[in-house]
Amino acid sequence: MTDIPRTTSKAGNPVDKTGEPAVRVHNLTKEFPGGVRALDGVSFDVPRGELTSIIGPSGCGKTTTLKIIAGLVEATGGEVEVDGTPVHAPGPERAFVFQDFALMPWATVLRNAAFGLELRGVSRQEREAIARDYIAKVNLAGFEDAYPHQLSGGMRQRVGLARALAVDADILLMDEPFASVDEQIRRKFQEDLLRLLSDEDKTVIFVTHSIEEAVYVSDQVVILTRGPSRVSKVVRPGVDRDADSEHIRRSPTYLDWVERIWDELQDYLEK
Amino acid sequence: MELRGHRIPMFVSLLVWFALWEVFGRLEVVSLIPPFSEVVAALAVVVPSESFVEATTVTLQAFAIGMTMSLTVGIGLGMLMGRSPAVASVMGMWVNIFESSPLTAVVPALMALLGFGLPTMVVTVFLFSVWVIALDTQVGVERVNPSLVEMGRSFGASNRVLYSTIVIRAALPELLAGIRLGLIRGLKGVVIGQLLIAVVGVGYLFELYSRNFLMPEFWALLIILFAFAFLASEAVAYFERKVSFYASSR
Repeated sequence: MTDIPRTTSKAGNPVDKTGEPAVRVHNLTKEFPGGVRALDGVSFDVPRGELTSIIGPSGCGKTTTLKIIAGLVEATGGEVEVDGTPVHAPGPERAFVFQDFALMPWATVLRNAAFGLELRGVSRQEREAIARDYIAKVNLAGFEDAYPHQLSGGMRQRVGLARALAVDADILLMDEPFASVDEQIRRKFQEDLLRLLSDEDKTVIFVTHSIEEAVYVSDQVVILTRGPSRVSKVVRPGVDRDADSEHIRRSPTYLDWVERIWDELQDYLEK
Repeated sequence: MELRGHRIPMFVSLLVWFALWEVFGRLEVVSLIPPFSEVVAALAVVVPSESFVEATTVTLQAFAIGMTMSLTVGIGLGMLMGRSPAVASVMGMWVNIFESSPLTAVVPALMALLGFGLPTMVVTVFLFSVWVIALDTQVGVERVNPSLVEMGRSFGASNRVLYSTIVIRAALPELLAGIRLGLIRGLKGVVIGQLLIAVVGVGYLFELYSRNFLMPEFWALLIILFAFAFLASEAVAYFERKVSFYASSR
């Protein structure tokens, strides 16, 4: 798990920045053509090395917020800072995992997983070695030469995850990564993700519409509401994740937090 | 095709048609249709003849130049129209008008403008084939999954790389369909052009044969043309089948 050939140096942390948030979202607004206001002053901090979920009812701008952080969508107002620097475009310190996987159907699993590195001009031999490592880490060893249409939804998302991990970005942006995956596989996937992330020193921003998922995987949960789309609350469930998953899902802390976030969201749904 | 559980190969149907043709020709019902065997005999005479070689050279040259132009312009224009709503709204109407208009009527005007030579033929091929290529490219590009484009951008692809490695590749199923249709129309264009000009290439030969009632030669030439069109479109269709698996799963 540790002997991965590293080609790119860890971008962005030459000095210790432990105290500083990895990502700072400040007063973001977004207006789509036609005057639709998707975001109305969204602000929150994403602590380094932690997993932060963004949760909220559909239409509250979760994905828009994430895409602005990724530099894929331009904000109308406000600012996103990554390691203290404002960003307006994609950068090598951020990698994106797509809800619909965004795999190239004409390319093999290996090429798809190595594609981020290919775009960065890493030599074929090198990038394929790195990609093979991550394909194995996401439990897809043996499928390197398969094509996406031969894989199940869950397996495709593993390829998407391998691709994002292979570029060795510090910040992983995940847009409802398990939304297109079966419920049974979804739980397994959440556990695998936590196990994978515990080996990698990553800051993760994770968009989801599932409260259970948010509480289970996150250190911090950002609750968005709509109309106006703002941050309603930022909470830290503090579920003890050293226990096994069955235990966690039955623990009072876990259930309590699911309930509290549900109440929080319900208030806004009833308005 | 299957008959009583046996698979009948494609060429059997051809053989049946050829046999019917032979019989019909031998009955001498219509003087315009000679027996098939005479057409085959004429093939052997026509193909090595100097006039045929010359006509084919001129035709293929015009076809190749015209198609190169329409592929370049058509794919470029189609990609612009597919990616930019502004270009699509400015150009879309014109492309659709030209695509559906009877361009044959323009050829005489082209002749007056460009003379009886290669330029007229090249422009005819271009005008016949470019629009369908542009329209199909546009459809292909519009159907590219937006998150594939976002994926490319998020991993730092420049615009050039994005178009050359992702967009064009993802649009390939529609793009190839456009190229196949374009090739066939281009071929129609070059022959129609030559027929109207009547002094060059395959069109000249058609004029020559039909005016002198050389029906076996006339049919032989037609068969060669059919075969060429069929092979050209099948060659593209071969690649189309190779990429069709992802047309539905983008």
